[in-house]
Amino acid sequence: MADKRITEDDVVAELRDGMTIGIGGWGSRRKPMSLVRAIARSPLRDLTIVSYGGPDVGILCAVGKARKVIYGFVSLDSIPLEPHFRKAREAGSVDAMELDEGMFQWGLRAAAYRLPFLPTRAGLGSDVMRINPALRTVRSPYADGEELVAMPALELDAALVHMNRADARGNGQYLGPDPYFDDLFCMAAKRRFLSCERIVPTEKLREEGPIQSLLIDRMMVDGVVEAPMGAHFTECPTDYGRDEAFQKEYAATAKDPAAWAKFKERYLDAPSHAAYVEAVKSR
Amino acid sequence: MSTDATRDEICVVACAEAFRGDGEIMASPMLPVPALGARLAKKTFAPDLVLTDGVAAMQEWGVVEGWMPYRKVFDVVWWGRRHVFMGASQLDRFGNQNLSCIGDWRKPSSQLLGVRGAPGNTICHTTSYWVPKHGKDVFVESVDLVSGVGYDRAAALGPLAGRFHEIRVVVTNLAVLDFDTPDHRMRLRSVHPGVPVDEVLAATSFELVVPPSVPETRRPSTAELELIRAGLK
Repeated sequence: MADKRITEDDVVAELRDGMTIGIGGWGSRRKPMSLVRAIARSPLRDLTIVSYGGPDVGILCAVGKARKVIYGFVSLDSIPLEPHFRKAREAGSVDAMELDEGMFQWGLRAAAYRLPFLPTRAGLGSDVMRINPALRTVRSPYADGEELVAMPALELDAALVHMNRADARGNGQYLGPDPYFDDLFCMAAKRRFLSCERIVPTEKLREEGPIQSLLIDRMMVDGVVEAPMGAHFTECPTDYGRDEAFQKEYAATAKDPAAWAKFKERYLDAPSHAAYVEAVKSR
Repeated sequence: MSTDATRDEICVVACAEAFRGDGEIMASPMLPVPALGARLAKKTFAPDLVLTDGVAAMQEWGVVEGWMPYRKVFDVVWWGRRHVFMGASQLDRFGNQNLSCIGDWRKPSSQLLGVRGAPGNTICHTTSYWVPKHGKDVFVESVDLVSGVGYDRAAALGPLAGRFHEIRVVVTNLAVLDFDTPDHRMRLRSVHPGVPVDEVLAATSFELVVPPSVPETRRPSTAELELIRAGLK
């Protein structure tokens, strides 16, 4: 039986310049931040980031790793607009594919099902069609003849997700109220990496939560990273809430280059997740 | 009829009225005033409305009655049993809404939220808007990016694709607007007590359809005011 336990740096070693990388979670909620920081301090470049965006997108824009972002929104939740993402967009330093949130899900689902596209009404009549000139419509072959958006598959080279618990083989469990679309991200990707708060023996998973909380199964996962506080500063219920004070500090650095340099050196350049956690604890 | 209602309380009632007759569907108010409006509607004339806690629970007066994570919200949107109350950074005369960015999308002068769920919401189910500060910067001749689809755009799609489209009302701090006109241009439905019609017109960049006599937005009843002031828990 495969033991898939690896480290953040092992994950980065599997990634290549120019890859399309999907990141699970939602806004500033249950983001695989230890993996995001490992990418941020790596030599990787020209990545396309696919995300229900939060600080994962902001950080990867701010450190120049993202060449393109595919998103429906980018938000820190308690701070509605992600300041580092805004800065990158307003500077024109990243390419963008902006989609309706439902279209985005449909694109992941099409990729998961190995379909070229899935039809939807969402997007019709809106400027999503204008700002994404590659989008096409498709006509129903049945009597209704309705014209629909043909949402193309959002195929991912790699997916990164964060769970509360997992076993060493990649069965992953979320304990908060919302699974988001982490299973779809994994199914849409060629290489799939799961970080988690704690790795437990398989037989202990059911003690942690009900069977329905076992969202990710080992068929969906290539590597498992144990990263306690791995979603910090985003929330990871029921293990911890969002670190609002830290998030405020992060957001404020978008307007202050000196503060950003300090933030980056202290937290993003920390050589390991353990070193980051130490830096956070000693604030 | 109460006479001592604040403007905010009048707006809450106007938002509540938007949900009248909706029955057993999900009300998704995105901002505080419409959220109070939805709760007031549910407390009074729309008891079957489904509300969420804003996280992942269907919640009725503190009691969890169901699970509503984002994946289920998306199902409900496309299913159509939903009435969303969104904000708007810009709105035009046909109700095209922008919450994505200001300026050229390729390199915006101000990146806002992104289109979020607005394209799908507006084409799949009933939508209303809440504008806390009615001004020419919001009510514009032409929006910089169409996030939420307006009536002209929906009509251009034809009767099939546009059949679930409905923008019911736009509630602002000054007035209630709707699209109850032959070509679905925005109309001044009512002005809030104490607001002259001219003040609304002066705060709108495009020409509103103004009926010969513009009624006042209704004031909260004493019972409604009591509910609002008790916190609508």
